[in-house]
Amino acid sequence: MGTTASQLGKDLLSEYQELTFLTKQEILLAHKRYSELLSKEDRNLTSVPMEKVLSLPELKSNPFRKRICHVFSTSDMKDGSLTFEDFLDLLSAFSDSATLEIKSHYAFRIFDFDDDGTLDGGDLEKLVNCLTGKTEDTRLTPEEMRQLISNSQISVLQNRIEQLEQLLEENHQIISHIKDSCSGADRLWRCVPQRTAALP
Amino acid sequence: MAYSVDFNLRPIMELELESLRGDDTAQDSMKGTGLESGSRETLEMEVLTTEGRDRLASQMSDVRERADERSEESIQTNLLVRKRWSTTTLRVLSSMPSRSIGQQSRLEIISQCNIRSTQLRRYHRQTQDVSLSSRPSIRGYGIEADSEDVCEEETKRQELVNNLQSLSAGDRVRLLRATPLSLAEKTKLRKLVFSDKVGQSLLSSQVPCCSLLKRALCHIWFGCLFILSSLQLWQVALKRLGGRFGTGVLSYFLFIRTLLLFNVFLFLINGLFLVLPQAIYPPLHTPSSHRVTGLELFTGTGYLSNSLMFYGYYTNSTINTSCRPDEATAGTGCGTTSDPHMMAYNIPLAYCFTIGITFFITGIVLVYSMSKSFGRSFRVFKSQGNMAIKVFCSWDFKVSKKMSVRMQSENITTQLKELLSEVKGGEEEKGRLSGMAVHLLAWSISLGSTFFCALGIHCFAKYMHLRRLEDAEGEVSVLHEARLLALPGVVSCGNLLLPGLFNLVSWMENFNSPIVRLYVSIFRNLLLKVSILGVLCYHWLGKIAAEPEQHGLQCWESFVGQELYRFLLVDFIFTALYTVFGEFIWKRFSQGVLRRRRKPVFDIARNVLELIYGQTLTWLGLLFTPLLPAVQILKLLLLFHMKKSSLLVNCQASRKPWRASQMSTLFISLLCFPSFLGAIVSVTYTILTIKPSSGCGPFRNLPFMFHSGKQWAQELKSTNHKLAWLNWVHHCLVENPLFLFLLAGVFLMVIYIHTQVLDGQRKTISLLQKQIENEGKDKKFLITSLQAIHEKRQYPLSPSSRPQGSELWRKWSLKGECTYFSLKNTGPLWPKSTNWITGLSLRISALT
Repeated sequence: MGTTASQLGKDLLSEYQELTFLTKQEILLAHKRYSELLSKEDRNLTSVPMEKVLSLPELKSNPFRKRICHVFSTSDMKDGSLTFEDFLDLLSAFSDSATLEIKSHYAFRIFDFDDDGTLDGGDLEKLVNCLTGKTEDTRLTPEEMRQLISNSQISVLQNRIEQLEQLLEENHQIISHIKDSCSGADRLWRCVPQRTAALP
Repeated sequence: MAYSVDFNLRPIMELELESLRGDDTAQDSMKGTGLESGSRETLEMEVLTTEGRDRLASQMSDVRERADERSEESIQTNLLVRKRWSTTTLRVLSSMPSRSIGQQSRLEIISQCNIRSTQLRRYHRQTQDVSLSSRPSIRGYGIEADSEDVCEEETKRQELVNNLQSLSAGDRVRLLRATPLSLAEKTKLRKLVFSDKVGQSLLSSQVPCCSLLKRALCHIWFGCLFILSSLQLWQVALKRLGGRFGTGVLSYFLFIRTLLLFNVFLFLINGLFLVLPQAIYPPLHTPSSHRVTGLELFTGTGYLSNSLMFYGYYTNSTINTSCRPDEATAGTGCGTTSDPHMMAYNIPLAYCFTIGITFFITGIVLVYSMSKSFGRSFRVFKSQGNMAIKVFCSWDFKVSKKMSVRMQSENITTQLKELLSEVKGGEEEKGRLSGMAVHLLAWSISLGSTFFCALGIHCFAKYMHLRRLEDAEGEVSVLHEARLLALPGVVSCGNLLLPGLFNLVSWMENFNSPIVRLYVSIFRNLLLKVSILGVLCYHWLGKIAAEPEQHGLQCWESFVGQELYRFLLVDFIFTALYTVFGEFIWKRFSQGVLRRRRKPVFDIARNVLELIYGQTLTWLGLLFTPLLPAVQILKLLLLFHMKKSSLLVNCQASRKPWRASQMSTLFISLLCFPSFLGAIVSVTYTILTIKPSSGCGPFRNLPFMFHSGKQWAQELKSTNHKLAWLNWVHHCLVENPLFLFLLAGVFLMVIYIHTQVLDGQRKTISLLQKQIENEGKDKKFLITSLQAIHEKRQYPLSPSSRPQGSELWRKWSLKGECTYFSLKNTGPLWPKSTNWITGLSLRISALT
């Protein structure tokens, strides 16, 4: 797509601005970050391999990083590599101004580990394992896992994206703002503290 | 799994494609009911006025309608992966909400976008007709089931482009932006959509001037918001703390901030209307002969006692703007001026009203924030479905530090385990005699220690007072001054040590649930603080204020004010000492000597209760020490930074789960109920029933403090006829209890209505949840029977091999009707939510 040139065209920029939830500055910044990911020899490539994307400090320790790459990647190889447009998509979905619908759509896809369109028991197990981390002492025991998956509250919810949307509305912290971290530390604190803790 | 029907679908045979076509009539009938449901539901919506219900209702109808809308496409994507299920079953299956959600094919998203665009267009055409719930059905724009995906995608896209082109530019852009497609797709679509326009620089050419202006205004507005949010106190520090220690600790610091804002408000009102006028027109008083030792800063005696800080300094004069200060303070002439153009400022009145109004506004703000936070903590899913929130929404994607990620996983694990054990062990009970005995012992220890602490403080206060009387006869020395600090010191010691004892006791008790443990410990600490403050109030208001001469006091109000000032200060000193010794030294000790890896844990409940205690002191002292909020502000500022740095250096995040939202509700209600209410009761008691001292203060020579208002009203009546109605207002509002009763009645009514509304919402929510569950069960049942029927048709000759088919059918014909009717009966609010099922059963009957 040839968008990895050092400078984005004006038309392209306005087009991106129109189609994503990002502002001009954010797109330029994203472009800068993206070109940094491409080393000199593979400047002519159109997409950044997944390993490079995962080395971003914002994604480095995120347990869902691979899923995020896979969901946003449009490559036919299914290798999770991101073009600049995919990268913009990612940032746009994670930005504050993205609609809840977009957020829940991508949240669903991130949580749908086997890409079969449902959040079933296996997905749930993987999700919980991602949440609880890799170490042995933090993991749930098989018994606990079984109990969790069979928990009626979850199974009521588990297949409904509308419910997920509602949940998201309840609890904003699920999707936060990679955008913020990508646009520098000075804006990191723009995101308000979690609603759950807010005293009036 | 009660609701999710688990389908293990296998690839389907090609020939079954044929049979798919034949069911269009049934499909239509199903859609017909779906359409009906829209209009029926609008009626219901009008009946249900509550907003939450509306939202839920529309969401529920969405679920169903979208299911209808997308039935056709999903079947396409699923065709190739199924084998064993019959086509009709498959068709029904694919129309189920749960199946049609996750299908993330481009095709489907495009068609969804299509639907939305047509909706939008329709909406623009007949804005007044289309309500939220009565969405136009997809039927009019029927998407024909086509065997070839590519072809269909093309037509769909064309349709979408056409639809989009009929919209305005702004709508197009918005719709495109909100479509979850990849950017490349969107670019293609956009090119198609905007191909009719010549200009390529779309942003500038197609967005009209007014919307450009709007955009600019938006930018400015967001800029302003940004600046405002950056002005918010301690944003950076709070963010950092929240990121590192979680929301529990954050709630403590937010609480400090709330208290700080309260105190700033008190300080501003008091400073503007009370302290400033008095400072501009200072009273004449004999220059003090006190030596300055520096100890006065702690005791509030000496030169401080005769300053703006305390009650005794204020005069009972009226300030006139034209009067010179010395005249004004002499209280002659100026006070009774008859010139109506002159602004007179009556200090006693200002004192009375300022205190009254500050308390009134604080009370309203407190109650308001309490109701808000109650509302928040009883939100839809917070009431019961914590588990789902924990699983789907607990990850904070913001966190990027490796340590914090580990901490977050650890927290989530503990919380999940917590919840699971709550679910499992809800009915588990101890019921052992030894457990009972331990609890009894623990309670008796804590209650007994509280009682003895209060008794000891009472006796000590008496003793100290006697000593002070003896001292007063002799020369005032530094030692005597320092002795004043003994009582606050003892009280703070008790406040510091007894919670430790309570912790020990609760450790002995070994509670099952950490929540119960927390509430018990909060209750015990609260009891201690309330009893201490009760004893002290009795001592001040019941003993000292009742017979000040006996205690050798010229001005008992100032004395009480000084006492409160000392208490506040000593409390702060003890907190600081505790931070240094209890946290810093202990951490060093435990890490250095005991070789423990874990750092001490920040005790939120105890720290919050200390804050509440300090705030109660401030409210109590407001009448006697108008500048006490300033002291409290300083204290809170210092405390914030001290606690923050101590936390960052010494402590670690608690491993216990901490329900921050519920806790902040609890904190704010504790602040409101015992703390604020207690303060207001004692202040009102003082104003109404205790005779102010005759030698000092704004209320000298008055029988009671509230008489100043009465006096002023009468004066006003005689001097200024134009303002005579104020007298009447005063008479009605302040002296007549009827108004107060009315006010309290209205207030209570508002609270009652509020709780009723909340309760109703909760009931509706639980009903809806039950409904969802039932629907799931019904669906499962109907689908199984549908499959059975199909099998019966397919293998009519071998009933032995498929015995369950006919059996199931028989069952269904009995039970299916039953469920249908029972659903209709159980949900009086939502009879139409069974529509989907009705459609299903209609279909089934059409088939058979």
